[in-house]
Amino acid sequence: MLDVRGLGKVYEGSGRRVEAVRDLTFTVGAGELVCLVGPSGCGKTTLLKCVAGLLAPTAGEVLLRGRPVTGPPPGMAVVFQEYGRSLFPWMRVAENVGLPLKQKKLPGSRRRDLVADALRSVGLADAAGAYPWQLSGGMQQRVAIARALAYEPDVLLMDEPFAAVDAQTRADLEDLVRGLWRERGITVLFVTHDIDEAVYLGERVLVLSASPTVVQEQLRIDLPPERDQLHTRVAPRFAELRTHVYAQVQAAKRGTAAVPTADAPTVPGRTPTPPAT
Amino acid sequence: MKDGHLDGAPPERARGGPPGLTNAALGAAGLGGFLALCEAVPRLGVVSAEYFPPVSRIADALAGELGDGAFWTALGDTLTGWALGLAIAVTAGVLAGVVISVVPYLREATASTIEFLRPIPSVALIPLAVLLYGTELRSVLLLVVYASFWQVLLQTLYGVRDVDPVAEETARAYGLGTWARVRHVLWPTALPYVMTGVRLAAAVALILAVTAELVIGAPGLGARIAVAQTSQAVPEMYALVVVTGVLGLLINVGARTVERRALAWHQSVRGEVAV
Amino acid sequence: MLALPALLVTVWWFASADSTDVYWPPLRTILTTFPDVWTGERLRADVLPSLLRLLAGYTAAAVLGVALGTVIGSCRRVRAVCEPVLEFLRAVPPPVLVPVIMLFAGIGDTMKVAVIASGCVWPVLLNTVEGVRAVDPVLAETARGYGITGAARLRHVVLRSASPQIFTGLRQALSIGIILMVISEMFAASNGLGFTIVQFQRQFAIPGMWTGILLLGLLGFLLSVVFQLVERRVLGWYHGLRASSRRSS
Repeated sequence: MLDVRGLGKVYEGSGRRVEAVRDLTFTVGAGELVCLVGPSGCGKTTLLKCVAGLLAPTAGEVLLRGRPVTGPPPGMAVVFQEYGRSLFPWMRVAENVGLPLKQKKLPGSRRRDLVADALRSVGLADAAGAYPWQLSGGMQQRVAIARALAYEPDVLLMDEPFAAVDAQTRADLEDLVRGLWRERGITVLFVTHDIDEAVYLGERVLVLSASPTVVQEQLRIDLPPERDQLHTRVAPRFAELRTHVYAQVQAAKRGTAAVPTADAPTVPGRTPTPPAT
Repeated sequence: MKDGHLDGAPPERARGGPPGLTNAALGAAGLGGFLALCEAVPRLGVVSAEYFPPVSRIADALAGELGDGAFWTALGDTLTGWALGLAIAVTAGVLAGVVISVVPYLREATASTIEFLRPIPSVALIPLAVLLYGTELRSVLLLVVYASFWQVLLQTLYGVRDVDPVAEETARAYGLGTWARVRHVLWPTALPYVMTGVRLAAAVALILAVTAELVIGAPGLGARIAVAQTSQAVPEMYALVVVTGVLGLLINVGARTVERRALAWHQSVRGEVAV
Repeated sequence: MLALPALLVTVWWFASADSTDVYWPPLRTILTTFPDVWTGERLRADVLPSLLRLLAGYTAAAVLGVALGTVIGSCRRVRAVCEPVLEFLRAVPPPVLVPVIMLFAGIGDTMKVAVIASGCVWPVLLNTVEGVRAVDPVLAETARGYGITGAARLRHVVLRSASPQIFTGLRQALSIGIILMVISEMFAASNGLGFTIVQFQRQFAIPGMWTGILLLGLLGFLLSVVFQLVERRVLGWYHGLRASSRRSS
């Protein structure tokens, strides 16, 4: 479904050259839920924006259903971390969910059905007439998810969607995403810096190195498909997997990891410092 | 803040050289282009040079004005009216604002009156000013003070409303009197707002000073523009309009600088308190 | 709420009741003169033309200011080129435009509408530039990600997001517009509010002049009430958003 091949992104400006993403190759199959996890400032957002067609990569390419992504493709929907800033505050919830559909030129009745269905799926059927700022943070992020669902994307991209909500809400939203994925069979690429979240949600976890980013490890999560906050998180296999990923992320942070390429510039005192976040 | 908010992506505009320098260059180019356009339009006969003289002729007229003692007197008159009016308006506005905020019930009582008086256009007072004071400085002051007073008063009221209730309660609990509370709690909080009010008032005061001179004939740049207009001295008139524009620009820039200083001071002080 | 205005009017009423000062006629006289002066013929011949000119000039300035402001605000380079010139043009006190525009447009309605428009356009323009520039980057990317581009982006994203700023500009422009309406009529006119008030003053018809001042005040107040009603409707979401973020902070 989604092919990322040799993706690289270098920012250049005012005499400074920052290599955010070096060489990333991975695929996401149709109906898969893949989590990307990596240390702070490892270029996760850059990667996601390149995949979404919001940022042009300086090397490599992204293919969606075999077609190269050059701008935001119609088959992709993004849910950002900043829920408060990604919803239109001047539109009611239903209008927020419906606007992209209007842009897709869907007929009115179909639009109404999709909006109602998406809001029902995230448990916000009653909030259709409210403004986003009248809702709690968790509910706002539900609206953003509903908007993405109604858009019926081939691939749903989520950029640390739950990093800014409280722990309880976060657990609920994680279960919501997993439930929607199983129910609807959508393809999801989920970016997070939270190792537990990645292991809990994903069918597969990609561990990214520190910036300049490469894929450090790919890991299949062999937990049962039926997961819940109470039992899955205390299962021995979950602990093993998260310990493994944790070790990998720590290694990535130090930059001493088993980085497959030997040309990483590790000159003492001149290690590439990741830009501050 | 949680990690990954910017995720190592430097801002997009970092590309393509230091923005400050290029912006200045582009701005200068824009200004140059504007002047060239103003020179070319009358020269090419798009607009009659009688109505719209080329920039070079306006510049000549401006040089002539700058060499004329009467021009400097007029400029002085305008600045006097502006500064005096602004000073009175700021003093009165701040005092009224503080009193209205401190005395119980006064704010509720005055709210509707302020809402009614504020939108009354100051120029409505022009005939009254003419009758009462003729072309004296006091005519100018009446208009300037009336117009700029509201800017200061309203901003002061906003500023006082912004006072942290906890700080206010604390001060009260420590037995600070009304005056001490005004000085140590209310005034520091309201100051940035007052400075915004002063900036707005400074611009309004210039508009009204020039207007009063132009319409009533009180001595100053406005009156000089009116004379140039009636005597068909078109390039001189444009030169004087440019002078008022430059004056306005200097006042805006100056007021913004002062405001920024006051704000910076304010924030640093607050930062220390918060730690 | 209404106690103070009532008190002020009462004080004015009694303080001026026995006034023999020609300049300060009793409020009673002013109020009894008011209907004689401002109903019937004058309403049609003076008040209406003034208001129509204000409406025409203000509308032109609003449309022009928002359109140009959107173009300038959307493109960083255009903005950098225009900024110093705009800063200068805005700083020119609008009333000095009256003699300049009289050169081009004579002393008819065109001149007055042009004066009002050219004075009102700057606050609208500059505030629109600021508003358009400040569109939230996350919001802009969200819109782009969902294929909201072109006219839809302008209508649903850019202009809506800039609307609080645009309204700030429109509010400033309204008071400038009223000033210019009066001044352009004081300068050279054969009808209008400003013209009539100056006539009264020159003829020493002092109560008449006072009714004019009162009417202008009333007009300014009414226009600002109308403006607030419109603003509350259009920017309801914005006030709600501000109130909710104040509560949570």
